[in-house]
Amino acid sequence: MNETPSSGHHLAQINVGVLKAPLDDPSMAGFAERIDPVNALADEAPGFVWRLVEEGAGDATGLRPFGDALLINYSVWEDVESLWNFTYRSEHLELLRGRREWFERIEEAYLALWWVPSGTIPTVEEAGRRLDLLREHGPTPEAFTLRTSFPPPADRAPHV
Amino acid sequence: MDDSSIDAARTLADPVRRRLYEYVAQSGEVGRAQAAEALGIQRTLAAHHLDRLADAGLLEVSLRKVSGREGPGSGRPAKLYRRSAGELSLHLPPRDYELAAHVLAEAVERHGAEESLHAAAREEGRRIGAGHRGEPLDELLRARGYEPGEGVEDGAGDGAVRLRNCPFHTLARAFPPLACGLNLELLRGMLEGRGEDGERARMDARPDRCCVVISKNNER
Repeated sequence: MNETPSSGHHLAQINVGVLKAPLDDPSMAGFAERIDPVNALADEAPGFVWRLVEEGAGDATGLRPFGDALLINYSVWEDVESLWNFTYRSEHLELLRGRREWFERIEEAYLALWWVPSGTIPTVEEAGRRLDLLREHGPTPEAFTLRTSFPPPADRAPHV
Repeated sequence: MDDSSIDAARTLADPVRRRLYEYVAQSGEVGRAQAAEALGIQRTLAAHHLDRLADAGLLEVSLRKVSGREGPGSGRPAKLYRRSAGELSLHLPPRDYELAAHVLAEAVERHGAEESLHAAAREEGRRIGAGHRGEPLDELLRARGYEPGEGVEDGAGDGAVRLRNCPFHTLARAFPPLACGLNLELLRGMLEGRGEDGERARMDARPDRCCVVISKNNER
């Protein structure tokens, strides 16, 4: 958790969810109405770098690269702490607290993290691969979680 | 249980130190002079006890130049004390409720049993609240470890009660939505048990403090 922020690496985050009903269904209103404000909050959050947005839209809810059922949320952050604070110490927490109401329970890991060289945006295919890695091997430096995170790769050879 | 917990407990046995510790915990970050003045004791005595508390790991020390002066002649930096982030627990005989809490939390998550957890927390809160109907809410919150204070400092100067300490801190680090959900329901239950409006307690997560704020009476 407390690794020093690495200027050489940023943290990529993918998470997926299966909606219980279409986004425009009345039962999903509690989720749907929070999407814009929470995305705006992310954009302003300390340490936020990038998030996937559908061309011509304000979010990625219309993109379903892993199949129609899977909503994806894909972003890049400066470090674990900034992502942690946004995820759990902002209004975003309300979305998580209510997630059982709007999302099917997924037995497997639904969120994966990994380090990318700063300034690069990994592909959606790469994100899928990292999620698979996490599901197959559990948390490793190649694909991990907020609860079990790993420090960024050393930017240069360690001092001896 | 380790020796450092026992040493820390012994350090707090001194009443002046305990008052100092509580004052620092309440104030965030304080210098020696400020602490001495608040307790009405001599500065050297305050400095002595503050350093003892720091030695015992109960306080953390940082050095900062006062009043932004720089360069030669700006004087030695002042020592500032804040409560240490580390936790101490002293259970005799040894107990490990925290480990049990983590395993139970994991099980609740795996099973998707948040609804039952929330209901149980609400009921527990009501029982607690019902037993403390007569006393001021602040006192109940303080006794439960929440360290209540008014939220003037963060722009929410609406008289709402902010809670500076999360009594479930390590659980809330590992299972945030779950622990914060439990906490919210517990607090709502406490208010209801006292005959107050439970919805006064609402989620307002910010870095470095409890996830719940309690709105002022009759103000929702």
